[in-house]
Amino acid sequence: MKTYFLKRILSLIPVLFVVSIVIFLIIHITPGDPAAMLLGEEATDEDIHQLRVQMGLDEPLVVQYFHWITEAVQGDLGTSYFMKEPVMVSILSHLAPTISVAIMAGIISLLISIPIGILAATKRGTNTDRTVMGFSLIGMSVPSFLLGLFLILLFGVKLQWLPVAGYRPITAGLFEHIKYLILPSIALGSMHAALIARMTRSSLLEVLNMNYIKTARSKGVGEFLLIMRHTLRNAFLPILTVIGQTFGSLIAGAVVTETIFNIPGIGQLIINSVERRDYAVIQGVVLFVTFTYVLINLLVDLLYGVVDPRVRLSKK
Amino acid sequence: MQVIQEDNSTFQDDFKQAKKRLKKQQKQLLFRRIMRNRGIVIGGSTMIFLSLFALFGPLIVSYDPYEMIVTDRLKAPGGDYLLGTDNFGRDLLTRMAYGARVSLSVGLSVALLSCLLGMIIGLLASYFRSLDNILMRICDGLMAIPGVLLAIALVAALGPKKENVIIALTIVFIPNVARVVRSAAIVVREETYIEAIRAQGAKTWRIIVLHIAPNTVAPLVVQASFIFADAIITEAALSFLGAGIPAPDPSWGNILHDGKVVIFTAWWMTVFPGILIVLSVLGLNLLGDGIRDYIDPHTTK
Repeated sequence: MKTYFLKRILSLIPVLFVVSIVIFLIIHITPGDPAAMLLGEEATDEDIHQLRVQMGLDEPLVVQYFHWITEAVQGDLGTSYFMKEPVMVSILSHLAPTISVAIMAGIISLLISIPIGILAATKRGTNTDRTVMGFSLIGMSVPSFLLGLFLILLFGVKLQWLPVAGYRPITAGLFEHIKYLILPSIALGSMHAALIARMTRSSLLEVLNMNYIKTARSKGVGEFLLIMRHTLRNAFLPILTVIGQTFGSLIAGAVVTETIFNIPGIGQLIINSVERRDYAVIQGVVLFVTFTYVLINLLVDLLYGVVDPRVRLSKK
Repeated sequence: MQVIQEDNSTFQDDFKQAKKRLKKQQKQLLFRRIMRNRGIVIGGSTMIFLSLFALFGPLIVSYDPYEMIVTDRLKAPGGDYLLGTDNFGRDLLTRMAYGARVSLSVGLSVALLSCLLGMIIGLLASYFRSLDNILMRICDGLMAIPGVLLAIALVAALGPKKENVIIALTIVFIPNVARVVRSAAIVVREETYIEAIRAQGAKTWRIIVLHIAPNTVAPLVVQASFIFADAIITEAALSFLGAGIPAPDPSWGNILHDGKVVIFTAWWMTVFPGILIVLSVLGLNLLGDGIRDYIDPHTTK
């Protein structure tokens, strides 16, 4: 168990190393001088030179990378040129809404997808099954930002049940907080719900074909208990994989979704920074989100070992 | 002697005819098999329809995609403008037709480029074990960065231009292709016939290009259609966020971007381009699934 954990954690080092190099290089693929771009056309050569020194752009690339990464490891992602504050501070102040949306989307998609997947598997081949699969295919084909726009049209223009823009922090009351999150979370979670529902269905079907299920059936185990106790548990590993992978991407997806609903999260931060050419913030946000994403995937992988002993035995 | 020869020649004629018939039957069978595959038929015809729209739509529409007629701002669908006008007084259908060219060409270019480059990387990684580790770790790293974010950052650095959107998305999708090709190629590499060719003294590049690469094409085609769909989504998302194809150029994402501001008054600016995006993604996903089933019938059910 310990070696499995250790191996899995160590395997992250090369991944994060490559990630850091790619993100570091982003600023250096800019055609022309990033300092000149930042200052605009009216800047004098002296200003540009000064900014270059300030940003450390006059040093060799390797030295620059080394500086950047040692600071990043300590949680210092540089300073925002536009906002004049450490990038980490900007990220942390924008983080809560993004995480709220991601978690809420995760919850909603699980609440919808797993029951639906079980339903489709138990009613395999019927119209119920076909309807569920049809909807999930559509769900996977409607990108979240588009679904978000459609939801705004439906709820904002026609029904007017739910707020279609903005964000209330949890301190404003849990009910208010959730009310503003429902539409963004549905928009963000639908694609994941579709994926998880499909995975639940196929994974359950596989287990339902096994002999021990036949044995349990012939012993007279009720259909509900059969699914809940005997099938779902053994079918859960692939489902968990998809949940893990998609939960990581929920954070990234939230970046896009929250922009549609005017939620002041890190998505808005990065989009604003693109307009301002605030490269330190762009790099910082991408690095931060990637790190979170990788970390979540790690946690999910470690969870496998806990949920399914077969994994930790085979991976030793 | 003469008789036998005659017999032989008629026999050969019969044989030739039989061969022809068999070929024709095989062709019919192939055609029927394709036609029975719902994914290929529905997805394929959707994509043909959209391609025709992109190719000929701009020739048929009677407005200029950039011309702003201020007096005709936000006209509802119907009347002079079939699908209405946008908030600058431009005909929506015209912009959607020109936008189809941009969105589909970005998607197609990304699919082709990332497949070509990903195939090269995947083949190199599969054949040269020393390269394998390095190339795959780089792919792992690239895949760990969420695609949309990496694309946003790359376009921000390169500058908002259609070509740069294509470059950025290609970089995002190359690792997926490289992995698919590599895993298909590794299986082939171990086959006996590869060993035989090598024993005959074939050059390395010849083995890779002529004997391993063709075996990776089938999974590659499936992957290409999914990447095509993903690239359309990502381009639309980037343009919608204002970090993709620069305005005034029409792309489906750009129309949605303009439509967001007036979403409460001009639903048509969101609904119509939205439907086109969903149609193309749905069509490509069906096509990809269909091709996969066609190549490998075991994966279904």
